[in-house]
Amino acid sequence: MASRLTALWDWFDSRMPSVAEEWRKHAAEYYAPKNFNFWYYFGVLSMLVLVIQIVSGIFLTMHYKPDAGLAFGSVEYIMRDVPGGWILRYIHSTGGSAFFVVVYLHMFRALLYGSHKEPRELIWIFGVLIYLALMAEAFLGYLLPWGQMSYWGAQVIVNLFSVIPFIGPDLALWIRGDYVVSDVTLNRFFALHVIALPLVLLGLVVAHILALHDVGSNNPDGVEIKKTKDARGRPVDGIPFHPYYTVKDTVGAVVFLAIFCIVMFFMPEVGGYFIEHNNFIPADPLKTPEHIAPLWYFTPYYSVLRAVPPLFTSQFPGVLAMGVAVLILFFLPWLDRSPVKSIRYRGAYYKSALAIFVVAFLVLGYLGVKPTTVWGQFGFDAFFLDTKDRATWVARLCTVLYFAFFILMPWYTAVDKVKPVPDRVTM
Amino acid sequence: MSDNQKVDKTRRNLVVATSVVGGAASIGAAVPFVASMWPSERAKAAGAPVEVDISTIAPGELKVFEWRGKPVWVIRRTPDMLDSLKTVVSKLTDPASKQSKQPEYAANEFRSLKPDVMVMEGVCTHLGCSPQMKPADAKAEMGGDWAGGFYCACHGSKFDLAGRVFRGAPAPTNLVVPPYTFLSDSTLLIGDDKKGA
Amino acid sequence: MRTLLAALLFVPAVALGESDYPLERAPIEPRDLVSLQAGARTFVNYCLNCHGAQYMRYNRLTDIGLSEAQIRDNLMFTADKVGETMKVAMSAKDGKAWFGVPPPDLSVIARARGADWLYTYLRTFYRDDKTPSGWNNKAFPNVAMPHTLWTLQREQPAVQYDRTVRDLVNFLVYLGEPAALQRKSIGIVVLFVLGVLFALAYAMKQAFWKDIR
Repeated sequence: MASRLTALWDWFDSRMPSVAEEWRKHAAEYYAPKNFNFWYYFGVLSMLVLVIQIVSGIFLTMHYKPDAGLAFGSVEYIMRDVPGGWILRYIHSTGGSAFFVVVYLHMFRALLYGSHKEPRELIWIFGVLIYLALMAEAFLGYLLPWGQMSYWGAQVIVNLFSVIPFIGPDLALWIRGDYVVSDVTLNRFFALHVIALPLVLLGLVVAHILALHDVGSNNPDGVEIKKTKDARGRPVDGIPFHPYYTVKDTVGAVVFLAIFCIVMFFMPEVGGYFIEHNNFIPADPLKTPEHIAPLWYFTPYYSVLRAVPPLFTSQFPGVLAMGVAVLILFFLPWLDRSPVKSIRYRGAYYKSALAIFVVAFLVLGYLGVKPTTVWGQFGFDAFFLDTKDRATWVARLCTVLYFAFFILMPWYTAVDKVKPVPDRVTM
Repeated sequence: MSDNQKVDKTRRNLVVATSVVGGAASIGAAVPFVASMWPSERAKAAGAPVEVDISTIAPGELKVFEWRGKPVWVIRRTPDMLDSLKTVVSKLTDPASKQSKQPEYAANEFRSLKPDVMVMEGVCTHLGCSPQMKPADAKAEMGGDWAGGFYCACHGSKFDLAGRVFRGAPAPTNLVVPPYTFLSDSTLLIGDDKKGA
Repeated sequence: MRTLLAALLFVPAVALGESDYPLERAPIEPRDLVSLQAGARTFVNYCLNCHGAQYMRYNRLTDIGLSEAQIRDNLMFTADKVGETMKVAMSAKDGKAWFGVPPPDLSVIARARGADWLYTYLRTFYRDDKTPSGWNNKAFPNVAMPHTLWTLQREQPAVQYDRTVRDLVNFLVYLGEPAALQRKSIGIVVLFVLGVLFALAYAMKQAFWKDIR
C-alpha cells in the first residue's frame, strides 16, 4: 500500500513539480526567525478566520434570501428550520468580529517590531489594502440581515459619501442604486459581499504572503536574520517553518478556537457588541432607532467622525478626518524615521507615543459606542468654545493624539535615543 | 534506542495522536455543515402528508392531488377495470411488482389497500414526465388489444390500470405507490400510513 | 446627512418606546419545562390574537415537553397542521387600522428588548383615560397596546400574576432562540474536545521545539 502511494505521488510530482517546490519554498524550507513570540500568531489566525468565514458563508448562502421582504425571515429560518443552521449563523457572526480582533492585534505587532519598515513596506501596503477590503466586506455583510441596525447603519454610512464635495450625492446614489437604501441596495451588497470582496481579499492575502516570503519575516528583535548565514546558506537564526511553526501554530489555533467557541456557544451576542439587540427588529425605513452605532470594530473611526466639528455647515471635515485616519496608515513606513525596527531597542519617545496611541484608539472605540445623545457636536458651528460636554472634549483630544502619533512621527522617531541592536536574535 | 530515535518516536506518536483527535474534531465540526443541507423544517412541513376527499370521484374516474410537489393519482376502479388487470399480465415487465417501489400493502395483484381505490404517483419511472390516462375504449390510438391504462407521451411508455409497466417501454419499473391510509371511506391521507400523527 | 442627524436629536425618545424606567430582573429559568408550557398557553391564548410568531413552528414546541397531540389539541389556534408556523390571527392591515401600528411579530422580541424589559413591561400597565385604549405603560409610555392580561391581573393575587408573567417571559425568551439550551450543551462537549486537543498539540509542540534554544 505504501509503495502504491509513493508511486502515485511520484506520478503526480513528475507532472506537477510545482506543488512540491512551493511546499519547500513556503513551508519546509522557508526559514523563519526562531524567536517568534505571542504576537506572531495573529497572521496565521487571520488566515484561519478567513477560511472559517468563507466556508460558513457558503453554507449560509444556501439558505439566505437577499430580498428586502425575505432577508430577515431567512435568517430566522436558518436559526430555526435549517438543521444546524444556528451553528452556521453564530460561526459567521462570531467570525466577523473575531476577524477584527485578530487583524488589529496583527497590525499592532507590526507597530511593535517595525514590520512595516524597509524592506517590508510593500507587505505593509498590501496589509492596509486588506484592512480596507475587510472593512468594506464587514460593512456590506452587515446590511444582509436587514435589521434596524443593518438598514440605518448602511443608510448613514452611504450618506457620508454624499458629503464629499461635487461628486458626493451622485456617488451615494450610484452606490445605493436607489434614492434610499432599499432592496436594490441589498441585492448588490449581497453580490459584493459574497463573491467580489472575498476574491479581492484572497488575492490580496496571496500577494501579502508572497511579498513576505520574498523578503523574509521580521522578528521581535528586528534583526535581519538573512545577514548571518551558515555554510549551507541558511540563516543561523532561522528554522524551517515546517515543522516548527506549523506545530506551534497548531497550538495557537486550538487556543484561538477554544476562545472562539466559548463566545459562540455561551455568549454569541457578547452583550450586544457582536450581534446588536436592535438588529432583531426588522428594518423599518420609516422609523429610525434612537441609537445608531456601527459594530465595535468601526467605533474608533466613528468617534473621529463625530468629534470633528462642521466647517461652514458642511460635515465634510469629519468625513475627511475619518477617511484620513484610516488612509494615513499607508504612509507609516515613510513616517517612521527610526534606524531601529523593534520597540525593544527604541527610545522613550516611541514607546510613549505608541502607548498613547493605543489608549487613544481604545478610548475612541469606547466613545463611539455611546449614543449621539450623550455626546457630539450637532448644531454647533463654532470650535471649542461652545460644548461643555466632557466626552466630546475627550474624543477631540484622542483624535488629536491619534493623528499626532503619525504626523509627529518623522520627528520623534528621528530624535529618539535608540539602543544598539544585536546581530543575533535573543530568545 | 538512541536519544534521537526516541525523540523521533515521541514526535511521531504525538503527531499521530494530535492528528487523530484533530481529525475527529474536524469531522464533528463538519457535521452541522453537512446537516444543513438535509431538508429543513420548512421543507418537511411542506412535504407533510395531505388529506384528500375521494367521495366525489366517480367510478372509472381519475383525480389528481399534489403531494411533495408530485401529482398523485386516485382512481376509483370499476369491476371491469379490475378484471382487465389479469388479462395483461403476460405483456408486463414486472407483473408481481418485485422491482418497483410500493408499500407492502400494495405488493398485491391490485397494488392497493382496497381494490377499487388505486393510489399511485403520476410520474413516469423513465424520466419523470406525467403520463395521460387512456381508458379501455381508446383502442383507436392505443391498439386493438388495449385494456385501459396510461400512456406517457414523452418516450412512449405504457402502464396498466395498476400502474404496471408494459414490456418494450423505456420505463424500467411500475409506477411508484406512495404510503397512504384511509382515514375514513371518503378520506385518504396520502404520505403517511402510520396513523400516529 | 446633517438633517438626518439633526432629526435624530428632535425625535422624542418617548415615541420610540424608550424610557429610563428601572427594569426588574426577570426570574426566569430556561430549563423549567412546566413554566415554559404555562407560558406557551398564556401566549397562545392572550398574545396570538394580535401578535404573530411567524418564525416559530407549532411542532417545535415538542422542545418544551409537549407531544404533537397536546400541541394540536391545546395550542394550535392559527394553523391546520402542526408543522405550520404560529401566524397571527389578525391581518396587518386591520392591526394598523385598529391600533395605529401593526402589532410587531414576537418571534425575536426577547432578543430585541431583553427578558427584564418584557417582565417589567407586562407588569407596569396602568389606567389612563387620555389614551385611545384607556391604558398606558411605565416602561413603554403611550404604547398602543392595551393591557391584554388585565383579566389575569385582576383575578390572580399579585404573586401569582407575577409568576404568570414570568412564565410568559420565559416562553418568549425560548421563542427567541429555541436552540439556546442545545447550544450550551454542545458547547461544553466542544470545549472538552478542544481541551484534549490542546494538551496533545502542546505536547507535540514541546517535542519538536526541544532542540530550539
